[in-house]
Amino acid sequence: MSATATPTAPDESTRRSGRHRLSEGKRAERRLGWLLCAPAAIVMLAVTGWPIIYSVWLSLQRYDLRFPHEREFVGLANYVTVLTSSYWWQAFGVTLLITVVSVAIELVLGMALALVMHWAIVGRGLVRTVTLVPYGIVTVVAAFSWRFAWSQDLGYLARLFSPEGAPLTERASALAIIVLAEVWKTTPFMALLLMAGLALVPGELLRAAAMDGASAWQRFTKVIVPVMKPAILVALLFRTLDAFRVFDNIFVLTAGAQGTSSVSMLTYNNLIKGLNLGVGATMSVLIFIAVAVIAFVFVKGFGTAAPGSDRDGRR
Amino acid sequence: MGGPTRGGRRAAAMLGVAALVAPALAACGAATDDGIVINLYNAPEQNLGKVVETCNQRAAGRYRIVLNTLPRGADGQREQLVRRLAAHDSDMDVLGLDITWTPEFAEAGWIREWTGRHKEEAERDVLPGPLASTRWKGRSYAAAKNSNVQLLWYRSDLVDQPPATWQDMISTAQRLQQQGKPGTVLLTGAQYEGLFVNYNNIVGALDGHILSEDGSRAVMDDATVKALEVLRDFARSGVTSPSLTNQREDDVRLAFQSGNAAFQINWPFVHPATKAGNPQVFQNMKWAPLPGVEPGKPGRATIGGANYGVSAYSRHPEEAFDAVLCLRDAENQKFQAVKDGLPPTLASVYDEPEMAEAYPMRDVIREQLRDPALRPMTPAYQNVSTVMSTVLSPPSAIDPKATADRLREELQAAIESKGVLP
Repeated sequence: MSATATPTAPDESTRRSGRHRLSEGKRAERRLGWLLCAPAAIVMLAVTGWPIIYSVWLSLQRYDLRFPHEREFVGLANYVTVLTSSYWWQAFGVTLLITVVSVAIELVLGMALALVMHWAIVGRGLVRTVTLVPYGIVTVVAAFSWRFAWSQDLGYLARLFSPEGAPLTERASALAIIVLAEVWKTTPFMALLLMAGLALVPGELLRAAAMDGASAWQRFTKVIVPVMKPAILVALLFRTLDAFRVFDNIFVLTAGAQGTSSVSMLTYNNLIKGLNLGVGATMSVLIFIAVAVIAFVFVKGFGTAAPGSDRDGRR
Repeated sequence: MGGPTRGGRRAAAMLGVAALVAPALAACGAATDDGIVINLYNAPEQNLGKVVETCNQRAAGRYRIVLNTLPRGADGQREQLVRRLAAHDSDMDVLGLDITWTPEFAEAGWIREWTGRHKEEAERDVLPGPLASTRWKGRSYAAAKNSNVQLLWYRSDLVDQPPATWQDMISTAQRLQQQGKPGTVLLTGAQYEGLFVNYNNIVGALDGHILSEDGSRAVMDDATVKALEVLRDFARSGVTSPSLTNQREDDVRLAFQSGNAAFQINWPFVHPATKAGNPQVFQNMKWAPLPGVEPGKPGRATIGGANYGVSAYSRHPEEAFDAVLCLRDAENQKFQAVKDGLPPTLASVYDEPEMAEAYPMRDVIREQLRDPALRPMTPAYQNVSTVMSTVLSPPSAIDPKATADRLREELQAAIESKGVLP
């Protein structure tokens, strides 16, 4: 019967100390638990673990679909090829730039939006719905409308801002448009995550701070932000990982022309268009490592955890 | 709680599996019930379905062709075909291939060689340009379906005589601009295949070689360096559109159609499209062969178009070869030339009376197809094209000697599929 009781904090210590004295029934229960989890765990391993292992294996081979007879094991040669290629580093730089700039802008705008959504007095539902519209639009569709808007002679934005030039053909302006499209599209997502964090800030804390004479800005920086920190970090982590894999906007807007390729675009070009499984797999492994590093830095360096999860669980 | 329930459970599980698998098996069976099915995969063409119907009637039950339409863009078509061929998909029989894919598919062993009676019939009466595009390493791997070739389109109300060389064209355009008339020269300058095609035209006019004949070495001879210079000088001459580096075929067509240009280099689809789009411009729209570089030496045009190949994994190759021969015979080529605007590959079709109305420019096209500029033949064509369009873009930044050196190096890596593609 004790199993049905909700576990509370005091239970924790007793359970931990009594781990090796499990009763027969508990052990059976645990076995059942494992059995129930097993299918999910096996499926998870099959759909995520195997492709990762296979990519690593492919990345160690010379393997081009068009030259099937030349397949051979080449060790780390593909990594040397990719890591000494100027195209790769250019794409890496572009990806980092887009990631940092767009996530920074999204954080500021998202926070502003979250505050508006949280404290909207009239038409709260309407405000929230309208804010989320960009996030509900398929990225490729949105990217196409940006492309037409910025096309010379056709688009209203191009006509407004640069009637003579073609903004998507210049590197700097093309990158700016890519960032703009990214920001427009995913700021609502950022705002949504931040709003969840805002809900954690107790109203009485703010009122107490106000009583103590804290200005609105002080309340924001000294009360709201510290309390929200876990939510902010999670939002940043999600968006950074997302932004690092940017693909669809670039694919539609410039197709990587004028040095606007991201690492994902480059991988696609080598893997799907070039049919070079070896080099393509090498790139995806490198992206995987980069994403893992970002996640590691966020989790270990900044102490990101799921909002609401207790501090002890993290250690 | 022992054997019986477990056994029952197992039975139930077997039943479940059977229920899941049965419809799939039934579906497999159904396909073979009504004779041999030849699956044709091709780019969207409005009237190809009618051609398929004609051929099905003629086959009289020996086989039935089923048309499957691929995506509109060439990259999307190639991706789908390649992915399935790499997986040895036996449900594809006849493949509509862009002419630049022949070496790639042949080298990978994805398409069958044409021999004997089939080969003889597929090569009869075919113009030399398209014919060359069906071969790889001296063997025949495809049947020429339709061709395509760019022409120089100009406004006869602005220009009396079409220019014979690039220099002519540039100075005519500059003169028009000085007179305050529309003097723009339009071509496909975006960073994609279209930019490379323009460069290849110039290389062709100078008899240059980008790769060696067998496609194994990056050559980039002196003529190609000269061609880089011509392209750069054009891009810097002030007669191009401001959005040169973002324009593809249809952007060029629309810009010409709006009446602000004197010349465009484009495919024949602009003829019917401009007729519908702006009859006023169309009235004065005339065509000529592409300009050359040296006076007295005509220009050469890069040919496009499509071939039919038979998949190496097809279960009915014999019927597939026959189906191809029907799909691209003279009558069907004429039908598609008139209806879909696809230039035929058979010389005799150009003389048919129906061609005169739909194809007023047919003589110029046929002339260009006799001695065209072929794109480099190599299994790694996709790599070559990607490297070329990246390095050539933007054309105004070309530095002939240095660009040629860079191309030689990157192309060599590209044809060996060694380096990183941009």
